[in-house]
Amino acid sequence: MAERLDRAQGLGGNRAGARRRLGGALWRRPRLKGASLLSPPVLAFVLVYVAALVALFVSSLWTVDSFTGLTIHSWTLDNFRELWHGAAYHTVAVRTILIAAAVTVTDAIIAFPFAYFMARLAGPRLRAVLFVLVLLPLWASYLARVYAWQLILNSDGLLNWSLGKLGLPAANLAYTNTAMWIVFSYIWLPFMILPVYAALERIPHSYIEASRDLGAKSGRTLRSVILPLALPGIVAGSIFTFSLTLGDYITPVLVGGTSSQFIGNVVYDSVNGAGNLPFGAAFAVVPVLVMGAYLLVARRLGAFEAL
Amino acid sequence: MAADVSVEGVRKSYGDVVAVDTVDLTVGDGEFFTLLGPSGSGKTTTLRIIAGFEHPDVGRVTLGGEDITNEPPYSRDVNTVFQDYALFPHMTVADNVGYGLKVKGVGRANRKRQVEEVLRMVRLDGYGGRRPVQLSGGQRQRVALARSIVNRPKVLLLDEPLGALDLKLRQEMQVFLKSLQRELGMTFLYVTHDQEEALTMSDHVAVFNEGKIEQVGSPNEVYERPATEFVAGFVGTSNILERDGKRFSVRPERIELNGNGEPGVVVDVIFVGAYTRILVDTDAGDRLTVVRQNDGSGVEPGTRVHVGWRDEDAYEVTPQHTLEQEVR
Repeated sequence: MAERLDRAQGLGGNRAGARRRLGGALWRRPRLKGASLLSPPVLAFVLVYVAALVALFVSSLWTVDSFTGLTIHSWTLDNFRELWHGAAYHTVAVRTILIAAAVTVTDAIIAFPFAYFMARLAGPRLRAVLFVLVLLPLWASYLARVYAWQLILNSDGLLNWSLGKLGLPAANLAYTNTAMWIVFSYIWLPFMILPVYAALERIPHSYIEASRDLGAKSGRTLRSVILPLALPGIVAGSIFTFSLTLGDYITPVLVGGTSSQFIGNVVYDSVNGAGNLPFGAAFAVVPVLVMGAYLLVARRLGAFEAL
Repeated sequence: MAADVSVEGVRKSYGDVVAVDTVDLTVGDGEFFTLLGPSGSGKTTTLRIIAGFEHPDVGRVTLGGEDITNEPPYSRDVNTVFQDYALFPHMTVADNVGYGLKVKGVGRANRKRQVEEVLRMVRLDGYGGRRPVQLSGGQRQRVALARSIVNRPKVLLLDEPLGALDLKLRQEMQVFLKSLQRELGMTFLYVTHDQEEALTMSDHVAVFNEGKIEQVGSPNEVYERPATEFVAGFVGTSNILERDGKRFSVRPERIELNGNGEPGVVVDVIFVGAYTRILVDTDAGDRLTVVRQNDGSGVEPGTRVHVGWRDEDAYEVTPQHTLEQEVR
């Protein structure tokens, strides 16, 4: 019947037939369909992402001849040994991880009530406005926003001017770890709000009613029902805030002080300053390992169970 | 302690929409009481007002004689079985069922024993370790039931709990719910739009329409003596006839085909299985539905008949929209 139609319409029987056979094959084999959907992105992923990561690992095992400055392509753990024994590197790594953790916790604490209000209390119009407000900063350049914070935190900046007007002592936050913490928390906040919002929005209202119906007051309902179900969203957000802070090297340069180096800054200096790419690569492996450990812990805590 | 519920002059509106329009209701201790009505008739809102999820604009709710109108849901001695079950997906069946006890501070050993007992009662012993997603619809429904009754509330509120189940399971659950209610001696307040369900299980039925109660009575009363045209039409099938300016309801199974009443002609014969539905146009211009058991005797369309019924089978009913007509 279909063939006759094709012929009547003057379609090339062969091409239409091949298309139909392909369609039939895809319909009969859902796996084939899945494979053909996945293979292009997987290929790109392997070529771009995995290859880069492997290159990073491989080059971290090379060294540089200190006389000639040439890379020695022989396997050695010298870079990691140097990192392990170098107290200065410990300080930088610990500072990076602690600030990333502080930023994550801060963002989670700020984002949760905000996302809760957006998801459960705000009307549709107010919700749209809040969405725009959350996303608006992302339209401005990262650099512009960090510079704006520089203007706020400078000794003669907006913050101290306001404090002065209120008769309060000046807070000299510029070029400190506190400044980095504030700026990172601000910059990555939308990346926490959005997944937490998505998780909260997915919790049916009847769960909350059921909890109250069974005798739980608000605090109990929050602890036993809402937080566990929002946890995947919080973890997803924390992966953003934690890893984005962990890998950053611009904010430390712009608002951090001389003793505010991040892992990224050391990597930058060893590649562009000292010309020691292998050492930079070795130090860059550290955040990757930290992130991997973090994900394992999150899984242990059951963060992905409610997905 | 008495577990009787009363709803007095309760009204609730959302913007311009009046969901519940001055409802009065008294539910006796240990009763199986059903709120029956089409969707949007205010039955669920009334239930939610009793549960404490909604606050009435006016009126009050009492439980065992105590005014609970301003009590939050967590301090009311009632529990709800939700239409979508609302089982916590991150907890096991046992944790779901034990939630209310845990919140009240019942110790672990005691809680475990009570959870096991109630799971046995709903025939889910051995399922405590599973997650809700691993259960079938009927099993989830029973977990929701167990989670509520384990707290031994004075009143159990059930919001269309069988709506998502298929017919066979629904009928089994109707029998089970009724026997469970008898066994527990608990007051059940049940919301449904299914008239058969309401008639099967209830001691009393309140028929809702457009935010108001049209009639309260035993299933028998509501079916046999509908007070209004709406009740006659919503509960079962009914023939509404107008005679001398009054309106009457006659049930299809009470109409005789070869009586000595009004003459008419059979226009259609519909086979439904156990019975046959026969449509008759009387010469006076009414269309009547008549129901006959399938006893083998066939009636053909076109046959002249004389429809008749006993006087006591015709009940005068209040016409629908009396109010509007009065206003006009």
